[in-house]
Order: sequence, then structure tokens, then C-alpha cells
Amino acid sequence: MMLEKRAAASAWAMLLAPIGALVFTLLVSALLVLWAGAPVGRTYSLLAQGAFGSVFAISETLTRAIPLMLTGLAATVAFKARLFNIGAEGQLYAGALAAVAVGGLHGGSGFDLPLPLLFVLMMLAAAAAGALLLLGPALLKVRLGVDEVVTTLLLNFIVLLLVSLMLDGPMKDPTAMGWPQSVALVGELELSKLIPQTRVHSGLLWACALAIGLWALLKYTVLGFDIRAVGANPRAAVFAGVPVTRTVVLVALLSGALAGLAGAIEVAGRTSYVTLDMSPGYGYSGIVIAMLAALHPLGVIAASVFVAGVLVGADSMSRAIGVPTYIADVIVAASLLAVLVATLLTQYRVRWK
Amino acid sequence: MTDTVLQLTGITKRFGTLVANDAITLSLGAGEVLALLGENGAGKSTLVSILFGHYIADSGSIAVFGKPLAPGDPRAALAAGVGMVHQHFTLADNLSVLDNIMLGSEPLWQLFTRRNAARARLADVAQRFGLAVDPDARVGQLSVGERQRVEILKALYRGARILILDEPTAVLTPQESEALFSVLAQMVAQGLSIIFISHKLAEVLRVSHRVAVLRSGKLVAQAPAAGTTQAQLAQWMVGHAIEPPQRHEAAAVGDTVCALRQVSTPAARDCLRGASLELRAGEIVAIAGVSGNGQVALAELLCGTRQASSGSISLLGRPWQSDPATLVAQGVARIPEDRHGVGVVGDLPVWENAVSERLRSRLFSRAWWVRRRAAQAYAQSVVRAFDVRGGGPISPARALSGGNMQKLILGRALLHPQSTDAAAVTPRLIVAHQPTWGLDIGAVAYVQRQLIRARDAGAAVLLISDDLDEVMTLGDRVAVMHAGHLSEARPAAAWTREAIGLAMAGAA
Repeated sequence: MMLEKRAAASAWAMLLAPIGALVFTLLVSALLVLWAGAPVGRTYSLLAQGAFGSVFAISETLTRAIPLMLTGLAATVAFKARLFNIGAEGQLYAGALAAVAVGGLHGGSGFDLPLPLLFVLMMLAAAAAGALLLLGPALLKVRLGVDEVVTTLLLNFIVLLLVSLMLDGPMKDPTAMGWPQSVALVGELELSKLIPQTRVHSGLLWACALAIGLWALLKYTVLGFDIRAVGANPRAAVFAGVPVTRTVVLVALLSGALAGLAGAIEVAGRTSYVTLDMSPGYGYSGIVIAMLAALHPLGVIAASVFVAGVLVGADSMSRAIGVPTYIADVIVAASLLAVLVATLLTQYRVRWK
Repeated sequence: MTDTVLQLTGITKRFGTLVANDAITLSLGAGEVLALLGENGAGKSTLVSILFGHYIADSGSIAVFGKPLAPGDPRAALAAGVGMVHQHFTLADNLSVLDNIMLGSEPLWQLFTRRNAARARLADVAQRFGLAVDPDARVGQLSVGERQRVEILKALYRGARILILDEPTAVLTPQESEALFSVLAQMVAQGLSIIFISHKLAEVLRVSHRVAVLRSGKLVAQAPAAGTTQAQLAQWMVGHAIEPPQRHEAAAVGDTVCALRQVSTPAARDCLRGASLELRAGEIVAIAGVSGNGQVALAELLCGTRQASSGSISLLGRPWQSDPATLVAQGVARIPEDRHGVGVVGDLPVWENAVSERLRSRLFSRAWWVRRRAAQAYAQSVVRAFDVRGGGPISPARALSGGNMQKLILGRALLHPQSTDAAAVTPRLIVAHQPTWGLDIGAVAYVQRQLIRARDAGAAVLLISDDLDEVMTLGDRVAVMHAGHLSEARPAAAWTREAIGLAMAGAA
């Protein structure tokens, strides 16, 4: 079996590819549903209803989509420059911890900052925490050629253990009946709800604004050109006079900051305190979302709503019909693999010898 | 009439919509040297790859010594007596000559290697064909000419009776090419048949008995070499008559634009050792030499992507600043050797590539923001002025063919954004590293004309080329590079081909 490059990818193929991927995903998942002993049609319809079938469902989906959007953006900007940031999970937790630490400085502890200012500082601290966490691996990569996949991945474990140490020690909430969680943020520092009686909060607007901002940065600015050039062809970028090291450092700061903000916005919008299980792998899911969006910031919005819908719908479907919620992870993973293979097939043809 | 040892009938091969080979029927006689000519993309490499089993033809058949050849199987081709010497050698530098030649010739389950038998056989083959080589020498220490001999011996050792040579003289000095031709004559005397792929028309007529010309996948002409002229060959290759490049004498030579004094770069496989050179306005200085003797170091140095470790460089009297954007702003035009890998960013659109070197200047950016309209307008003018075809300013640069990509690179180097029809701004210094490599005849002539025009307008041009004809035609002064040392740049008239050849080999 050989792969032969196609002369030109037809517009036809480019359109069919994502649809084909989706169909393939649904077929594979259908097999699993059958194996679990449930009717396929009803399962999928419950999934769809659970995700988008009511105002409440949509609000839940959007709530789940917010951190995914931010980690998706973090992965997008990093991957665009071929800086493979696998550490968004740790950066998210670092950001959450920093937000709560700064947010806790008000009134009683001696500082008397006006709350709006404190809110801004809180967010900046979260962004800084995430950014600094990725700076180390980025510098190691450009100076010494150390593989950032390894360094960022391993930093995740270090950060998580650090968070666990903090939550069980200096930052533990004494009124939380023994659970390791941080002190909750004051109500005024929380993000406001967009729809009353639901959990969807204004973090959604922030995430969308950041997506649009990143898109504009990549498309219209000199830095955006530098990022795309370094990612696509570093040798040509050097030849053209792009400051490669500086660009990679800026990308690292940006990507880490976005992941840190994901943690802060989750705390300020959804949970209001930090726990060890506040992120079911959002940092890693962000990578899937970035790939599904083909590294396009606006595509990240759509991809994160899709993935969030699948996750939320699966929760609700599993309560009704008993198919385990892991089907959601299978659907998301299968859709990623299918999209990657479909994209490959638009550029290459398979020849059987 | 000699018997036919190889018969290709109706070979057709498509890659998507591209027809690489279109019903090609060709035969080769015993003891015959057949030259296969054609532009880049004409289909020569595809055809011999099909013959050697790297590809499978969509239709058609191959018969070797009268017996049909199983398609897609290099082992079957070797067993049938077909051997190939590729343009880019496949040798293990850390092994000896004998080991390289034996590699892959013994079955895996054989317990002991039979080195003595192999050594004897190699000595016999080498002696029969006049290819002197030391079987215990490490390949990594051999010269390019000697390595090519090892490649040829690899094929002969396996009993090849039909030998395919792909651009064999591309990497040889004139003297080494002569040595190769005498080896070819010996092989023919021993009854071997040879397919010789080349684009060097003079050599082709000298060495071959018959010439076959491919154009756009079709076999357009076959003729005996005797009685055919170079102009005729060129016309078949291109499809219309073309003018050979003319030598234009330089007018007035101006002041020194760039001076190198005893410049060395950090020690590496390809580095400079104490090079001195003066580049003056209105003059083309051509650097001859076999690739790999420091040309890349010199080019990267003057393009701003490599630092000197000692010595001094000046540009227009001021110290050299090793930053690409600064150099471009000061009037240095750069044409890199690797247009795909270094010259453009393939995924980005043509217009972004056109302004990539000047993006940081006030012309195309304002604070953070790119001045898109100005940039796209400039790209449009480059495309128009230099006839860049293939999709327009917004299509990705990788969609351009090699020739058009080179025209884009040339255009952005030579056409200053502030040039108008009335007052053209010429670059002060042009650094051209293998600017015509891999281009078809038409594009080669175009690039050479542009360099001459720039020189006549007052630019200092540094041309680094491993094509000796190009060096002799374009260079006002010629210097030769060998092992990092740059010879004195003497006027072109003061050199003979032989003297350059000796200098290229380090013997002068």
C-alpha cells in the first residue's frame, strides 16, 4: 500500500472530508452503543436533546464550552508556531490557584482595593501564572533543543501536586468540612450569569472576544505573520528576518496566559473555589479542539461547542438510558482521528500495489 | 544492426491529472549509449524510475534482453541486469568501499560473509572497466568523483549489463567528467549499454550514440548524436528556438560595495577559511566550485543568516550588520539556493512572501498592524513585472512551479517597493546562490538576463554557481572556491576551463 500525493485537492473533497469524518464517527460509536445493549436511534436523539434540546441544555453546553474554548485557543496559538504545549492542564490549575490567591486579598486581610481593580489583578495574575509556566519549556526548546512535549507534559504532574499541597495546606478552606478546597471567592468577584437560573456566565463573552482577538492577531499583525512563518517553515522565517526566539517566547506567554485564564474564568464563573477535580482534562481536550478546528481561532468556538455538546448530552443520555458516559470520550476521540484521516485523504490517494 | 537489449513499449504514467509519461516507446541496443534529454518535469526521472522498479506504469511493458520485466520490483530489475546510479548517492560514509558494495548482495540467512570472494570479484570488475578504487578506504573520506565510481561499481558488481546514469556530471569537475567519459567508453567496449540522463547539451553530443528528447511526458525526437547540433537539441527540449545567453561586457566598474577581508566562519563541514573578496558596483563576480566547498557558508554569511568568526566585512564603507531585515533595508538583494525550503514559506500566500523581508519596515507595517493593501499592491506589481504565473497573490506559494517561485524571489529582491516606472531603485548588492538551479531553459535565460540588467544598472553581483558554463558566461571576474579557501578573483578572460577545473579540485 502506498500513499501518492494528489495533484490538487478538489473543492469537492475539502467539503466532503468533515462530513465523511462525522458519519464515520457516528457509525463507530453506534457499534459501541449496540454492544452496550441500547437502541442506537434513541441514544443519539437523547444525546442531541441533552445537548441542545432545551434552554437549560444549551446553557449547560455553553457553560462546559467556556474552558474548552480557552484551552483550545491556548493550543491553537502554540501549535500554529509548532510549540506543542501539552501543559495547558497544569497552566489552567496554576491560573485558578493564582486567581483565588489574589482574589482572597480584600477587606479583612489588610488590603482595601476596590473590587473591580481586584478583579482585573486577579485575571492578570492567572494569566501570568500560566504564562510563566510555559516560558521555561519554551526557552529550553529554543536554547537547548529540549522537546517541549516532554517538559510541558511532566510539568502538569508537578503543578497538580503543588495544587494538592496548597489545597490541603496553606490555602485550605477551614469551613469546608475537611474537603481539600480553597476559600471561595467573594460574590462580587464572580462573573455574572448570562441567563438567570442557569450556570452559563459572562466568561463566554470573554472567551469569544479572545477568540476573535487571536484571529485578528494572526491575520492582521506582524506578530501574527511571525507566528505563522515560524510554525510553517522556521528556516525560511530566519531568512526573512523573523526574530524566531522572541516570537516563540511571545507565543509561549500568550498560550500559557490563555490556559491560565481558563482556570481563572472557571473559578470566577462556575465553581468560585478551586478543587482538585475542577478540570476533567480540559487542558488535554483543548488540544483535540484545536485540531478539530484546524488551528483556526474562530473554528475553536464551533469545535468547543460541539465537544461540550457531546459531553453534556452524554451525561444526560446516560441518566436516561444507561449507556456509560465514556461514549462521549469515544465520540470526541473518534471524531478527531476521523478528521485527521479525512484531511490526509484530501491530499493523498491510497494505491494498492 | 545490434540486438535490442531493452525495449520500452507504450509506457504511460499518470499522477492525478498530470501525465508524467505519455505512451513512450524506446529501445536500447547492445553497446549503445542513449542520452535521455529533457527539461525538469519532462518525465525522464519518472521513466527511469519505472524501468528500475520504483514506480509501476499505468500501461505499457518493458522487455529486458527479450524477457518481460516484472513491474515495481527493483530486485527483479537488478536480477535482469539493469543497474542505476542515482544523482544523489546512497553510500554509507562510515563503511569501507568493499562493505558498501557488498551491502545487500548476500542473503540474510547466510551464516558467514564471504569477504574474500567479494574482494576478488570486486577487483576483477574494477580492472575490467578501468575503475581504480581502494576497497578498504572509508567512503566518508573519498572525493565526489571517487564516490561516484563506487556507485558505478555497485551496479557492475551485481552484474548490470544495462546501466542508467542520472545526471552524473552535475557534481564533477571538468577533469573528473573526462575520467568518467573514458570509463563509459570502456564499459561500452565490454558490451554494456548505457542510458545517460543529462541536461548538458555539449556532453550529451560528445558521449552518446543516440539522443532521445522528452517534452511534457512525450517522446518528441530521437536522432543519432552525430549530425545533431546543440541548438537543435535545445529546440526539441523547449519546443521553439531559443537564443543562447550572450556575453555582455561590463561597462564602467564603480566603487567597492562590499569587501571581505580574511573572513572565516565557525568550523563545520561547509565553512569559510580566511576568504577575501571585493565586490564592486557594475560588476558580476562569479564563484566557481563543486558544491560543498564553502559556498553555503559564504552565501549564508552575506544573506545575514550566519556569523563570521573572524575577519571583517564592510558594506558601503560601514561595518556589516548580520541581520536580514537590516541588510534588505540597506539594499542587499538575496537569492537563496533552496527556493522551497528557505526562499518562501510555502503555506503562506504569495503576497505575504513578497513582503516577508520588508515587513518590519514602515512601508508595510504601522506599529503592530500589517499594511495589507500596500503589501498586496506591491505583490501584484512584482507578479506583473516578473511574469509570475500560477494562481495570483492570494494563493499559497507552494502552488507555484519552481520557475515561477524563482521569479517571485527574484522579483522581490530586484523590484524595490519605492521604484516607479520613471525612477527604478536598483539594489546595491545582489547575492545569488545557484539562481538557475533546477530551472528550465527559458527560466534560466530569464534569470541570467535579469542579473545582467541589474549589473548594467550599477549593482554589484555575487554569483555562486556550480555550473561552469554559467560562471564563464556571466562572470566579469571569476574566483574559485575549494575547501573553504577562495582564490583570487581574476578577470574571466584570464582563466581557462582547465585552470578552473584544477582550482576546483584544489590542485592549482
